[in-house]
Amino acid sequence: MKLIVNGELFETSKSETILDLLNALGIEPGRVAVEVNLTIVKKADYATFRLHEGDGIEVVNFVGGG
Amino acid sequence: MNDILIIKGIEFKSRLWVGTGKYKDFDETKKAIEASGADVVTVAVRRVNIIDRKSENLLDYIDPKKYKILPNTAGCYNVEDALRYSRLAREAGISDLIKLEVIGDEKTLFPDTIGLLKATEILAKEGFIVLPYSNDDPIMAKRLEDAGAAAVMPLGAPIGSGLGIRNPYNIKIILETVKLPVIVDAGVGTASDATIAMELGCDAVLINTGIAGAKDPIAMAEAMKHAVIAGRLACKAGRIPRKLYATASSPFDGML
Repeated sequence: MKLIVNGELFETSKSETILDLLNALGIEPGRVAVEVNLTIVKKADYATFRLHEGDGIEVVNFVGGG
Repeated sequence: MNDILIIKGIEFKSRLWVGTGKYKDFDETKKAIEASGADVVTVAVRRVNIIDRKSENLLDYIDPKKYKILPNTAGCYNVEDALRYSRLAREAGISDLIKLEVIGDEKTLFPDTIGLLKATEILAKEGFIVLPYSNDDPIMAKRLEDAGAAAVMPLGAPIGSGLGIRNPYNIKIILETVKLPVIVDAGVGTASDATIAMELGCDAVLINTGIAGAKDPIAMAEAMKHAVIAGRLACKAGRIPRKLYATASSPFDGML
């Protein structure tokens, strides 16, 4: 399945849910926020929200800033 | 001395708030924040770098249980982006606090006050605790208060400029105009700038570049800590009036 994650093409055979994707990327779910096709997905739904071919996903976290 | 700042039920013990940007590395960030005594730190909201998967994260160094994390919407030049970043920040799951920035211009990084007002109103209705980074216009401060902001954050001078409190008179008028806490954000360059802001009567000062950009950030963080305490104490102590002419400090009685 081809996804666009943070502006980059990401191919995966394993990722089906957001949680699967985060695990595949080695990202801890507790510290991020996720948007799929411009809609924010609640953390509680990461394990059940299914991703589809061509989905645009943004995964953000907190970085240093003023 | 109980001098806690309370915003929407959240208690802030230190009146120095610090940013986490522009440091050499996470270790320096951590040490500077500790030296500053701050209990609020700002952070930015950015994409996780999925190509270069460094194992370290800012929050590995800044414990969200020990510090209040205040996400900002830095880099947002319109209302839609500011709303998007705010909602993402909240979903990252720490609190409803947001330091709202809607920037109007790349060179000055001055706020787009019209966009800022719109975004404040929308986010306040969504239950955010909105702390808008604003200009030093008292009319704007009142509008932000009416729109549901939880505090106002007038700039002292452009972000990172180190020019200090450019318009202390306006800041004083803002303090008289709104009932909300007033937190100077941006432009503080050295300790005396922070002291001036607090002497005016401000409730807190937010400093990033002034500390991170100093030759010795950890020493400057400590300086700012004392500067804010000194300014606050001086404000509460009640300064002498300014006079054109002298009044002797030693008595005339007993002169030879």
